[in-house]
Amino acid sequence: MVDRVAEVWGTRTPFARGRRWPVRVDQLLAEGVAEDDVDRWVQSACVLCSNGCGCDIAVRDGRMVGVRGRAVDTVNHGRLGPKGLFGSWQGMAGRDRLTRPLVREGGELVESDWDTAMGRVVERSRALLAEHGPLSHGFYTSGQLFLEEYYALGVIGKAGIGTPHMDGNTRLCTATAAAAMKESFGSDGQPGSYVDIDECDAIVLYGHNMPETQTVLWARVLDRIAGPDRPRVVCVDPRATEVARHADVHLAVRNGTNQALMNGLARELLHRGWVDDAYVAAHTLGLDELREVVEPWTPEAVAEVCGVDAGDVRRAAEIIGTSERVLSTVLQGFYQSHQATAASCGVNNLHLLRGMIGRPGCGVLQMNGQPTAQNTRECGADGDLPGFRNWENPDHVDELARLWNVDPLVIPHWAPPTHAMQIFRYVEQGSIKLLWVSATNPAVSTPDLARMRRILGGDVFLVVQDLYETETTRYADVVLPAAGWGEKTGTFTNVNRTVHLSDQAVDPPGDARSDLDIFLDYARRMDFRDRDGAPLIRWTSPEEVFRAWQECSRGRLCDYTGISYDRLRGGSGIPWPCNDEHPDGTVRLYADGVFPTDPDRCESYGHDLLTGATVDPAAYRALAPAGRAFLKAVPYLPPHEEPDADHPFRYSTGRTVYHFHTRTKTRRARQLDRAAPDAWVELSVADADRLGIAEGDIVRVTSRRGEIVVPARVAGGRDGVVFAPFHYGDSDGDGRAANELTMTEWDPVSKQPVFKVAAVRVERVRAGDRPSPAPTTTASRPAGPARVPGTVGGPDAEVAEDVAPVDPPAVATREEGS
Amino acid sequence: MKLPVYLGLLREAERTLAGSFRQVAEGHGDEPDVHFLCRTLAAQCDAHHEALTPVVERYGETTPDDEPERLHADGLSETRTGPVGLLRDLQDVYLLATFVEITWTVVRQAAQALRDHDLLDVIGRCDSETSTQVQWLRTRMKQAAPQALVAAS
Repeated sequence: MVDRVAEVWGTRTPFARGRRWPVRVDQLLAEGVAEDDVDRWVQSACVLCSNGCGCDIAVRDGRMVGVRGRAVDTVNHGRLGPKGLFGSWQGMAGRDRLTRPLVREGGELVESDWDTAMGRVVERSRALLAEHGPLSHGFYTSGQLFLEEYYALGVIGKAGIGTPHMDGNTRLCTATAAAAMKESFGSDGQPGSYVDIDECDAIVLYGHNMPETQTVLWARVLDRIAGPDRPRVVCVDPRATEVARHADVHLAVRNGTNQALMNGLARELLHRGWVDDAYVAAHTLGLDELREVVEPWTPEAVAEVCGVDAGDVRRAAEIIGTSERVLSTVLQGFYQSHQATAASCGVNNLHLLRGMIGRPGCGVLQMNGQPTAQNTRECGADGDLPGFRNWENPDHVDELARLWNVDPLVIPHWAPPTHAMQIFRYVEQGSIKLLWVSATNPAVSTPDLARMRRILGGDVFLVVQDLYETETTRYADVVLPAAGWGEKTGTFTNVNRTVHLSDQAVDPPGDARSDLDIFLDYARRMDFRDRDGAPLIRWTSPEEVFRAWQECSRGRLCDYTGISYDRLRGGSGIPWPCNDEHPDGTVRLYADGVFPTDPDRCESYGHDLLTGATVDPAAYRALAPAGRAFLKAVPYLPPHEEPDADHPFRYSTGRTVYHFHTRTKTRRARQLDRAAPDAWVELSVADADRLGIAEGDIVRVTSRRGEIVVPARVAGGRDGVVFAPFHYGDSDGDGRAANELTMTEWDPVSKQPVFKVAAVRVERVRAGDRPSPAPTTTASRPAGPARVPGTVGGPDAEVAEDVAPVDPPAVATREEGS
Repeated sequence: MKLPVYLGLLREAERTLAGSFRQVAEGHGDEPDVHFLCRTLAAQCDAHHEALTPVVERYGETTPDDEPERLHADGLSETRTGPVGLLRDLQDVYLLATFVEITWTVVRQAAQALRDHDLLDVIGRCDSETSTQVQWLRTRMKQAAPQALVAAS
């Protein structure tokens, strides 16, 4: 048994390059439940990060009583992380689950029933459509629902109502991944695979604290590091993360300066001749412009702007430029920072320059933040058209119009989809009058919370659908109790395109219903019709919606036509595209160097990455991309809010390993709650020393938007940078939500809010009486002189780990051999 | 030769455009993308203005009397409010930006006829930025138009 709070990544199972990652089956059962007591195991996959670990849910007496990793699954080879082990099933079992719909009566939310609650939603919806039309409706959904739910929501929004105002909270976490792939490769769609970890010689993590965000993926990296032919590791992160501790080169850049670094790395490859000229000539466009834009970015220029050592920039470039097989991963340090899309495309550029796409060990993983974010994107619940279709391409719109049998003009394609922050702006201005929020908590997770509270508390008719009451449900007119993971059936897709089925294990509590049932009930009550007057939506089960989605995906990059519920039951998840051509799915995209940039096929005609100006369709056609990828060149610009005399520190927000999002589930697992019970802020040793702040002292952090008062952790990050975890809301204590301080600003292309750049001031308020509650196991590890007790889980957190009980699985067998 | 007139005109129009971008940035601070980007674009216009200064000096100053009739560009006098106000302000800036864009084109033609490599270098550094400014204004107006004209009260 292993204490998996203390040992976040569990027992090492080292392996060499080109070997398969050994299996280790992790299992946790509720206290007092033995394996023999389990009535049945129900197949699923974990939804507490974007990794998508296959798992089985233990059921006893109609309750979820534990979880174990699936040895056959190609994603996790049996492992689970702390959030999955402790949070997945316990997070559903809180005594305070919403079990009945709530409606606002005389200013108070009171218990009601489905007919009353849905009656109110439909009455308001119909009245608004009649009086103000479709643009009065907005939908803000999640990266937590299932594929079938997003597709149903997408069809309701695009073919039923006809509003462009639909987005997911994926806008906050993963929009830049999609945008960067559209800009570089012509379409969303992950080029690489997790198996590239098994095959690489170097791994570069760009703003990606993988040890905390995808613990099982990091376990795979750790097992390569512990193996006989350790890959070289480069870390780009201002904090002293676990990645930094294992890195050969740690570039602790000032937050907000990524683009300067990326230009410098590209320049080094070009100047040192670490370029595959034949590949670049045959498969890319834009080399000359890239060369010109990066030319000023000598290692010394990078060092000056980013605050790193020029020699380290050279060493990092040398690893990227000379390793035989390089894997890159990118996450929030790039996606939520200044020039997000530009810098993320900068990573794609390096791989295109070296011709390292689509080959074993040579992948790019533009990561997702959430378990089902990929489906939000594919199915159109983030506002895009489903199936990676291009809203500016009339043929793509016509395809959907035929599929749904509606007038093409009903489908909102006459303007770009409205991104989340703009949706809230329209709510603020009063032109969106009905906002439907599903499975997300914007009152904690969005920037500049004081403003967000004003918006949610305004005149808008707010429908909120969730498992529990949250900071957001407080403002709702109608609250709908949702069934969640383990209580409903559906599919979802992880970062490396692997599709999993999650079967219903238990009944939802009380009157709670699946999000799909709620959306379908709304559609029925609204009586949406197609162009022949027949009902637009006739589905009654998830599997029917899945089949409809398969048709929508047919022939597109995300082709699901070869995947069925039956095929997903019993085995591993399957990576799309999966069709007649790729019957076992597809490990890597673009092995042939042909990208979906053809004007008739591409998902986007692209943007100017500095301004977000769209490229005109005719201008795009004139580029004649013909399957070549784009090397995107963008000059560095300083961030819009930089430190000054009043606010001398750079502020950044992020995650801790024990929590997910606003802790809706993870706070209800006692092991996780105890490991990271409350908010903190991190300061460097030198900064703390200068301000007279000791470990655990209470400090006030102030930006131009607001302030938080929380205990300080003296940690090992770079000087001048202050970090706060974003999980903690105001529901049990005011003035501690990290987003009180962040700015309302977003990337011009991906529209992802900038959470990682703001200027703040720090003041000591009073002495603390204990160390801050920050975990000691990860990036928040103490670095100051104070003695801080280590984060442990104790007997409560003991997990069974069975190492190598069976041979490791192989992904898409017929492809891997080729 | 009338090129000096056009050079002076272009330099002045860049200054006016910079001022108008700044005015929109300040007047529409509640639209964060407009706010920050217009400041960035104003700085581009400043740089264009600066790049033109040695060229203007080389060709010599002109008097206002030399200016062809009605060839001047008005900046934004004040910003409007509300969704339609934003649209109208962007549209005004758009007119000004397209004026600047075509003036770059006209000047480029003359510079080619004069085989003025220094001036062509300046144009090469600036005119594509102006075109992107125009394209951004189109993009942002297309985004704003449906809500402003159909749904906003």
